[in-house]
Amino acid sequence: MRLRLVALLCAGGAMSITQLTSGTVITRQAITKHLGVLEAAGLVRNVKVGRERLWEFEASQVVEARRSLDEIAQQWDHALAKLKRAVES
Amino acid sequence: MTTSTDSIERKILLKASRSRVWRALSDAEEFGDWFGVDFKGETMLAGRHVRGRVTYPGYEHLPFEVFIERMEPERLLSWRWHPAALDPAVDYSTEPTTLVVFRLEEAEGGVLLTVVESGLDAIPLARRATVFRLNTSGWDEQMLNIEKHVARA
Repeated sequence: MRLRLVALLCAGGAMSITQLTSGTVITRQAITKHLGVLEAAGLVRNVKVGRERLWEFEASQVVEARRSLDEIAQQWDHALAKLKRAVES
Repeated sequence: MTTSTDSIERKILLKASRSRVWRALSDAEEFGDWFGVDFKGETMLAGRHVRGRVTYPGYEHLPFEVFIERMEPERLLSWRWHPAALDPAVDYSTEPTTLVVFRLEEAEGGVLLTVVESGLDAIPLARRATVFRLNTSGWDEQMLNIEKHVARA
């Protein structure tokens, strides 16, 4: 269920609870509970647009973690290049 | 648990003997030469800290410290550090560290060196991003320094 929610939000951008429940038998209450759990885990967040509350996938955490990983990798590559020069000279 | 953002692994083939590579890793001063730290007068010993200063231009005021975990001559060296410890006014000693493991393996024409840094997920994201940006900007200049150093030697 939660995975399905994340998949929906990833694919569809920001969505309201009404949109998330449409075509399903899941209650608003159940959806709200699941979204609360996902929000606490930093995977989704809600934004208020007019009178409507929309939910969206919180990509920044994951993206930021991957970006810093790339930078750390680059940093190690530089360090190892210097090590290579030092030991091969 | 190791997630995809928690650790990083790099491999490099070094055309040198195992003993030469081991010296460049485990001799504190030699290590400092290529890593960008002044470790003058320091010795690496398992279970002990090695303390020095950063030598990246512009960051010379920063202390640099690693805690040596394991030393298996010509095979394995590991240490823990605070990879984002950039503010001299902050005491990082109680914060999580990352583990860096260097592994040496015999390879065709030299030594295959593997570096794994793990525990990154425990470091606050904001700090990770800032620090690595700063360090990366200093690397190119350091590369030139090393080239000069090696050419003189």
